[in-house]
Amino acid sequence: MALNRREFMRVAGVAGAGVAFANNQSHANEFAQLPGSADQMMGVLVDIPNCIGCRKCEYACQESAGFDVAPLETFEDKSVFAQDRRPTPSSYTVVNRYGHPTGDSKPAHVKVNCLHCLEPACVSACLVRALTKEPSGPVVYDAAKCMGCRYCMVACPFQIPAYEYDNATTPQVRKCTMCFGQLTKNGGVPACVKACPQDCVIYGKRNDLLRLAHDRISAHPDVYIDHVYGEHEAGGTSWLYLSSIPYEELGFVKAGLTAPPALTELIQHGIFKYWIPPLALYGLLGIIMKLSRPDPSEQAAQAESGTVEC
Amino acid sequence: MLVHGPAKPTGHTLATPGVLALLALTVMGMGVAGYRLVFGLQAVTNLDQQHPWGLWIAIDVGTGVALAAGGFTTAALVHVFHRQRYSALMRPALLTAMLGYTFVGIGLMFDLGRYYNIWHPILPSMWQGNSVLFEVGLCVMCYLTVLYIEFLPIVCERFAGDDRYPRLGPVCAWVQRVVRKTMFLLILAGVVLSCLHQSSLGTLMVIAPSKVHPLWYTPILPLLFLLSAIAVGFPMVIFESIYASWSMKSKYEMHLLAPLARFIPVFLGVYLAFKIGDMVVRESYTHFAATSVTGALFASEIILGLVVPLALLLSARVRSSPRWLLIASLMVVLGVALNRVNIFLVSYQPPYAVKSYVPSVGEFVLTVGLIACLMLVYRVIVTYLPVLSSAPKAGTA
Ligand code: SF4
Ligand code: SF4
Repeated sequence: MALNRREFMRVAGVAGAGVAFANNQSHANEFAQLPGSADQMMGVLVDIPNCIGCRKCEYACQESAGFDVAPLETFEDKSVFAQDRRPTPSSYTVVNRYGHPTGDSKPAHVKVNCLHCLEPACVSACLVRALTKEPSGPVVYDAAKCMGCRYCMVACPFQIPAYEYDNATTPQVRKCTMCFGQLTKNGGVPACVKACPQDCVIYGKRNDLLRLAHDRISAHPDVYIDHVYGEHEAGGTSWLYLSSIPYEELGFVKAGLTAPPALTELIQHGIFKYWIPPLALYGLLGIIMKLSRPDPSEQAAQAESGTVEC
Repeated sequence: MLVHGPAKPTGHTLATPGVLALLALTVMGMGVAGYRLVFGLQAVTNLDQQHPWGLWIAIDVGTGVALAAGGFTTAALVHVFHRQRYSALMRPALLTAMLGYTFVGIGLMFDLGRYYNIWHPILPSMWQGNSVLFEVGLCVMCYLTVLYIEFLPIVCERFAGDDRYPRLGPVCAWVQRVVRKTMFLLILAGVVLSCLHQSSLGTLMVIAPSKVHPLWYTPILPLLFLLSAIAVGFPMVIFESIYASWSMKSKYEMHLLAPLARFIPVFLGVYLAFKIGDMVVRESYTHFAATSVTGALFASEIILGLVVPLALLLSARVRSSPRWLLIASLMVVLGVALNRVNIFLVSYQPPYAVKSYVPSVGEFVLTVGLIACLMLVYRVIVTYLPVLSSAPKAGTA
C-alpha cells in the first residue's frame, strides 16, 4: 500500500507541522553526519535501457557469494522472465523483464537488489547492530550478532532482505552486500558490475554517478525520463537507476522521499530526550504516590483488618 | 465496609477436567515447538519472504504485552493513587503480568531464527539506540525483572511461617523486608517501563509507511498503543477475577469489580477520541470500504471493541451484573487483541506479495498451547502460593 505524496503530507500533518519540519531538518543534518563524507560514498548506476537481460550479473553474484551456482548456460534461459522474481537467500540479484508498455517491441530489463540506502531502514531497525552502513556505501550483515527477529525485513521499504526459513539452527538474513569484503577478489568492483557486458551497471562515487545520470538525461531526453530513481527515494540510496519508462511500470515501489527511520527515530529520541521524559514521569508518579497516601488513621484501620498489602 | 481477607493459597485440587484439558493443549503446543526447533520455521509456519511476521508476533508478543497491562494499571491505581480498597486485586494482576511477560518471552523464542541470541540486546557493544525494537526489548527485560522481584515477597510469605522449612524462615523474612522497603521504587519503575514499551510497541510499525494500510498507519500509533493498553488493563483484571471465581466456584468479587469498572469508560473514551481524531485529521476514512475485509475488521475493532463496551459500562446495571460486566470486559479485551492483530497482520500489505499470509495449523497450535500453559501455571501458583483472597461474606466487616 504505497502512500502518495499527499497522503504522506497528511500523515506528517498528524505528527504536527512542527514535527514534520523538524523531521526534514534533522534529516538534512543527519545526512551531513552519515558515516564517511559524501565524497567517499560509492554507488552503482543501473542504466535500464542499456540492459539486455543476459543475467550474467545473476551468475556472477551467486558465484562471488560462494553459492552452489548452476552452469552459466542455464542463465540464458529466458523463461524465468514469465514471472516477476524477487531476490532470494541464494540469489541476491535477479533480472526481471517488462514488456514495453508503449507498444514498442523492445522490453525493459530491471536488475533488482538491495539499494544500499543512505539512511537504511533495516539498519535503524536492527536492535543488535547486525546490519551496518559502511562509510563507502554498502549495507552489510553480521550473522553472529543477528537474533533472527526479521524486523529488518519489516522495515525495508524495498522489500529486499530474504530469510533462510528452511535453516533450523543458523538461519541468516540474506541480501546483496555490494560485494563488501570481496571487492579485491573481483578486481575492485562488485561482481555484477564486472560481469556486465553492456554499459549498464556502473560502479563509482555516488556523486559522480549522479552527475553522469543527469548528463545522460540531458544528452538523451528522448531516451530517458527525467527521474533518477534512488536520488531521493527513501532519503536517497547508493544504487541509482535510469529509465525510459516510469518506474512504477517497472515494478519499483513508490517510496516516500524521506528515509523511513527519520520519523521513528524522531519519536524514539523524543521519548528519550536526555532521559527527561521517563525521569519526569517517574518523578511525577512519585509525587502523586506521596501526596495521595491515605492519612495514618485510615492506614491503621486497614492494617488492623490485615489488608494493606504489597 | 466490606473488607477482603488476606490472600491464601486456594489449595484446590488440580485433578479437574479443566486442568487436564489445559495440560493436553500444552503438550500439543510443546510438540509443535519441538518440531519447529528441529526442522525450522519453514516446516511449521506459513511465513514467507514477503511476510516476515505472523501469528506468533501478532498474538504471542503484540497481544500478549497488551493484555498483561493489568499489572501496571492496577499497580498505579493501588500503589501510586493509593486506592487501597482494590489491593485485593493487586496480587492476581501482578501474577498475570509476570506470567504474561514470561510467556511473551517464551513465545518470541520460537519465532526468533536465532533464539539462542535472544540475550544480545543486553550487551552494550550491540546496543542500538535508534532501534525501536531495541527499546521494546530492553524495557521488557527490565520490567520482567521488576515483576519477578515484586512477586518475591509472595513466595517468601508462603515459606516464612512454614515450620517444615525452618532454615528458609529468616531468609524469607529478610527478603520481604528489603523488597517492602524498596517496593515504591519498583512500583514506579514498573509503571514507567510499561508506559515506555507499551507505546514503543506501536512505534514498531511506523517504520513501514509504505506497507501498513492507511487505515492504521499513523505517527501517533505509539500513543494509541499506550492508551489502549491502559484501557484494557482493568477489563483484563475483571475478566480474570470473574473467571477465577467461576472456575474455583467462589463468590464473585463484585464489590470491587463494579466500582473498578467505572474507570473503564473514561479510558475507553480517551482512546476512542484519539482514534477518531486521528482518522479525521488524516482523512483516513477515505480508505474505508465497509465491504472489504480490512474495512470490516477496522469497523469491528472500533464498534464492537470500543463503542459498544463503552456504552455498556456507562450503565450501573451492567457494572453490577457479573454476567454483563464479563461480557463488556471481554469485548474490550477482544477489541484490543483484534487491534494488535490488525496492526501486525491485517494491515501489513507488502508491495510484492504474491499470496496473502494465513497462519498454519502449527502456528495456531503453538499459540493455543502457550496460552493453555500460562493458565495452567497460573492455576498451580494460586493453588500453592497466597495470591487470591477470598471474597468477604456479605455483612461481615
Ligand atoms: S534496500 Fe532495504 S535492505 Fe537494502 S539498505 Fe535499504 S532498507 Fe536495507
Ligand atoms: S533479523 Fe537479524 S539483522 Fe534483521 S533486524 Fe533482526 S537481528 Fe537485525
